[in-house]
Amino acid sequence: MRRPVLPILPALTLLLMLGPVAAGIWGALLPAFGHLPTAGLTGPSLYPFHAVLDWPGLPRAALLSITTGVGATVISLCVVMLLLAGWSGTRAFRTLERLLSPLLSVPHAAAAFGLAFLIAPSGWIARLVSPAITGWERPPDVLIVQDPFGLTMMAGLIVKEIPFLILISIAALGQAQSQSSVKVAQALGYGRVTGWMKTVFPRVYAQIRLPVYVVLAYAMSVVDVAVILGPNTPPTLSVQIVKWMSDPDLDMRLLAAAGALLQLGLVIGVLALWRVAEGIIAKLGQGWVAKGRRGKYDPILAQSALFLGGVSSAAVFLGLVVLTIWSFAGYWGFPDAFPDGFTLRNWMRHGPGALAALGETAVIAGTVSILALVLTIGCLEAEYRYGLRVTQRGIWLLYLPLLIPQTAFLPGLQTLMLGIGAESGRFPVMLAHLVFVLPYVFLSLSAPFRAWDMRTGTVAAALGASPDAVLWRVRLPMLLRAILTALAVGLAVSVGQYLPTLLIGGGRVTTLTTEAVALASGADRRAIGVYGLMQTGAALLPFALALAIPAILWRNRKGLRDG
Amino acid sequence: MDKGLFLRNIEIFSKKGRLLSVSHDIAPGAVLSVMGPSGVGKSTLLGFITGTLPADFSAQGTVMLDGHDITDLPSHKRRVGILFQDDLLFPHLSVGANLAFGLAPGGTKTARRDKIAEALAEVDLAGFENRDPATLSGGQKARVALMRMLLSEPCALLLDEPFSRLDAALRAQVRALVFARAKARSLPVLMVTHDADDAQAAGGPIITLQAQS
Repeated sequence: MRRPVLPILPALTLLLMLGPVAAGIWGALLPAFGHLPTAGLTGPSLYPFHAVLDWPGLPRAALLSITTGVGATVISLCVVMLLLAGWSGTRAFRTLERLLSPLLSVPHAAAAFGLAFLIAPSGWIARLVSPAITGWERPPDVLIVQDPFGLTMMAGLIVKEIPFLILISIAALGQAQSQSSVKVAQALGYGRVTGWMKTVFPRVYAQIRLPVYVVLAYAMSVVDVAVILGPNTPPTLSVQIVKWMSDPDLDMRLLAAAGALLQLGLVIGVLALWRVAEGIIAKLGQGWVAKGRRGKYDPILAQSALFLGGVSSAAVFLGLVVLTIWSFAGYWGFPDAFPDGFTLRNWMRHGPGALAALGETAVIAGTVSILALVLTIGCLEAEYRYGLRVTQRGIWLLYLPLLIPQTAFLPGLQTLMLGIGAESGRFPVMLAHLVFVLPYVFLSLSAPFRAWDMRTGTVAAALGASPDAVLWRVRLPMLLRAILTALAVGLAVSVGQYLPTLLIGGGRVTTLTTEAVALASGADRRAIGVYGLMQTGAALLPFALALAIPAILWRNRKGLRDG
Repeated sequence: MDKGLFLRNIEIFSKKGRLLSVSHDIAPGAVLSVMGPSGVGKSTLLGFITGTLPADFSAQGTVMLDGHDITDLPSHKRRVGILFQDDLLFPHLSVGANLAFGLAPGGTKTARRDKIAEALAEVDLAGFENRDPATLSGGQKARVALMRMLLSEPCALLLDEPFSRLDAALRAQVRALVFARAKARSLPVLMVTHDADDAQAAGGPIITLQAQS
């Protein structure tokens, strides 16, 4: 890293992260007002908005986005806060934390398929209790998966957001001196949960506010989980936008663009209302604190939170188990708890296709994550050398690509690319992935990078090491584990991306995730099992390596074992 | 050429105003002790001399080392060694590799290996090359840190509360060792400490910094 490159890296990184978002929204604005020269249409006109508003499914689709998004966020936030309140610092909590951490990297699509295979009328749970308890000889005729209210979809989001929020909160807890506050509250006669809620929660929430917004924006506009678990008639607004985008009739792109802006408005509106609700809850909370109640129901609340947290992680784990069973299943008739036999035939049949998709996935994820890692290290090193400190506003910029719904800017980006005649394909897909991978890699690495003892750098420099030598010979080796973890985070994020691959790849880039989600409309559970497992493996393996490599490399270096 | 570390009219400012001002010459082999309560800016002064002044501070004045103005040189070209209260041995390197990191470049592989062995023997740690620094005792780590710094052939030595983490018995021993080695190499030494014993043992002039109000 020569002097001229390093100082401009932060600006370059911001451009790579925010440029596509801004371009995508611009690319949606024009067609949303009827201007799409490629299709021979010139605006401005309000036709696209009229057409979207005339779509009979709109009220329900928009409502579904709001209910599933807000519902999933509120429920997972409540469970996580009560879990922390009732259990942080206990052994049960550490066990749960250890169970939840790997779940974070399980791709949404795989978790959703697993859940569907568990709770569907013909799912594993029904099979385990039939016919002995239920008396069912055939799957009952009820709509559980893809139910019209989006409840299953909400559940699918909750089981994935709980691990995310819990790990984010644990990181925030360290800064909030929670243990001592709870001890003081307990000494004053408060129950654990009430004491935590009254003293620690406000501080923790202030720190996890942005990640909570990310969860809300994501849950309101997610596509892959909605395709797998969400309702069909009508689907959520985001799914409908993607349907319009893939319609061969170019006119439908106008509707997609208008829908994208509508989705953006919806998310911004709900975020604004959430913000208002924060204020109201803070006011009510102050009254609640002033009343001085000590918390009669604490044990019940703590127990139910632990139960829900346990059920949530069990759902993902058992989902992966049932995916595994299906991928090896021979004939598996309905009420049987297990297949008649296990076979490698499914893997032989779908393996070659899955391997090809794995190759494409690995090339994209590997390139994007390494690029994101280099940019992140460059930004952090520039901050260290030149004092280019990231301000609070800078943090918002970092979160911006995660707060803007994917369905709001990716359709516009695709249309824009079409307009300028850019080839869709692997390279643009990589750039689109980078938008989402960069923030996560940065957020993962920045804390350990900044926590590094600067005096170590002073000593190394005093020993005659140049700034580059300090970076390469001292700082990066010492931070090896954090760097590999950030890389694994980047890989997992890229592996799980569905919409950028689908839209920006123009349907020609096939990854494990696009293949798996495409299988959702069929009923081939064996194929889904194979692809879902491969997808999970592709996301999980890097984390295992991020733990194993430093452990092997530094096996004789006690000072690095816990760092 | 004037040997020694000369601090000429150094003034350091924080955002709130002037933090400290120092003007003092340290002759080769002499020790200047800087005392004062914590927060008075003792470590900030060392940061200015090593070229690692935090961005929140500004400073003026000149640092001369053996006749050269080093005020604006990058840290790694100043030839100013520093020891902190923590050993700060690089945890990913063996004891020998830590010393090799410090050892000034040049010389054959064997010559370098011999120099490192010699340095370890000088502080009664012969044969420690392949040890993991995390497995050493506090006194052993302090001695390795000292030799690592001396092997880089600095022209001056800064000490930032260097003995405050060591227990009383070890403290006097390590302190005597550091001062003896510095004297043997005729290094000008600047020590900041809040411990009167340390300043006393140094045997040189003592400056006490006052909190500026």
